[in-house]
Amino acid sequence: MKIKQISVFLENKKGRLFEALKAIAEKNINIRALSIADTSEFGILRMIVDNPEEAKNALEEAGFTTKISNVVAIGVKDKPGGLAEVLEHLFKADINVEYVYAFVEKSGEQAVVVLRTNHLDKTIDLLKVHGIKLLSWEDILAL
Amino acid sequence: MFWNREVETMPQEILKELQLQRLKEVVKRAYERVPFYRKKFEEVGLKPQDIKTLEDIKYIPFTSKAELREVYPFGIFAVPLSEIVEIHSSSGTTGKPVVAGYTKGDLELWGEVMARCLTMIEITKEDIVQIAYGYGLFTGGLGFHYGALKIGATIVPASAGNTRRQIELMRDFGTTFLACTPSYALYLAEYAKEEIGIEPSLLKLKAGSFGAEMWTEEMRKEIEKRFGLKAYNVYGLTEIIGPGVAHECTEQAGLHVWEDHFYIEIVDPETGEVLPEGTRGELVITTLTREGMPMLRFRTRDITSIIKGECPCGRTVRRIDRIRGRTDDMIKVRGVMLFPYQIEQAILEVQGVEPHYQIVITRPQYLDEIEVQVEVSKETFSDEIKVLENLRKKLEKRIEQTTGIRVKVTLVEPKSIPRSEGKAKRVIDKRKLTD
Repeated sequence: MKIKQISVFLENKKGRLFEALKAIAEKNINIRALSIADTSEFGILRMIVDNPEEAKNALEEAGFTTKISNVVAIGVKDKPGGLAEVLEHLFKADINVEYVYAFVEKSGEQAVVVLRTNHLDKTIDLLKVHGIKLLSWEDILAL
Repeated sequence: MFWNREVETMPQEILKELQLQRLKEVVKRAYERVPFYRKKFEEVGLKPQDIKTLEDIKYIPFTSKAELREVYPFGIFAVPLSEIVEIHSSSGTTGKPVVAGYTKGDLELWGEVMARCLTMIEITKEDIVQIAYGYGLFTGGLGFHYGALKIGATIVPASAGNTRRQIELMRDFGTTFLACTPSYALYLAEYAKEEIGIEPSLLKLKAGSFGAEMWTEEMRKEIEKRFGLKAYNVYGLTEIIGPGVAHECTEQAGLHVWEDHFYIEIVDPETGEVLPEGTRGELVITTLTREGMPMLRFRTRDITSIIKGECPCGRTVRRIDRIRGRTDDMIKVRGVMLFPYQIEQAILEVQGVEPHYQIVITRPQYLDEIEVQVEVSKETFSDEIKVLENLRKKLEKRIEQTTGIRVKVTLVEPKSIPRSEGKAKRVIDKRKLTD
């Protein structure tokens, strides 16, 4: 149930995000989810795309440093407290969230949350136990 | 093993007496016979008889490479050309070449110091010595040749280049000793394996002397591993005599300088002030016995230090550290000498991979600020800010430990640091220094 995420190192310089997105757009790669974490000097662009390997090649050809890592994606009810409930389970199990980003699906019925924790396998087991919907790669592609 | 045990193990006090006596002689000879030196002495109001102790050498003006170029070709010779039996010359790629003239006595001296170098690393008349330094105007080839000739080894004067032939000679003749540049040694190993299918470690090589360019401890390990030999540092320069000024013994812990012939000092490259033992600075050499071309306080532009303490090998002549850089690369920030290789070393230790980096120096107000830009590589990149921030802090800490200077490390994208024909420009000095 792990999802492949591609991350890209970006300097905080004008045009870098554009260059990165252009590189994958030229290969017809579609972005499913995206977030940027930044400090005053650099940022990390994290994306779920429909073809991570090809995105990696395209970005590296354009001179970017990239990395593919595993995350989990979950479907959360689009209502107040939906994400908080999930995080409570992790907190009680002493699992640390490294980062999280979310977006609302077109239908508006569920929010998709991308999660990275310090114990990914344990996280998956725990979420399953609590009946939380884990999205498969097929689910992601169908979004 | 010693070639000249008496001199190599002479007590320092006696050596110093010998040096003083020889220094007085060479100063007198240079003053009387070389107008170039006489003029320099007169400019500072110095007479040869003013040199009464070894410390008085500090009153003698330095000799620079630029000055030698001005008196091209023979203006530094102290004997009539008829006494010069051999001439060597630097390549002159950075201006007019520097010419070195040798009398018969000088060639004798060259053979003597090189014989000491070879014997010190247990090369004897039983050995087959392949010299892959260039023969010709360059001093490398013939310097080793004269030394090997003196000890009676079997010389294979291969000269530089013709890589396939070099390896075939090693295999067919059973070469036991190799002399060449360290980068060529690595190329030979690679070529043997990839192009000829000869495993270099199966060759009979047991030792090699490598020099004429800067190299690192990592390269030494690599050469030793690939050939299964012991790799030694050799030091020398055309202006002084060529190879044979200094060489490592089997301890591989610094290069013994033949101090009975070469007087060494370490000076601050900026002020010219003589620095104490153990302190890093520019190596300055005075030839004590050269006849054809006496050299007084020659600024080598090579950065090293004199190693404190005695060597377990029993030699009393002092050692210098391997060459750590060129004064041309030096940066002075906040009054401290800084060399790009120090920063490179620190980054390498933290990252474990060869870094691409650039040093940017600015002076926003009165104080120098140093920014070290390090490219984020595949190996060091993480999708977590925390990890990258830790890397940045670790780099800052390690660089401060190595150089004593606090720097700001910035992580940058790959290739954002310009590369020019393999040699990257490492230092960008944006300070407007007018003094």
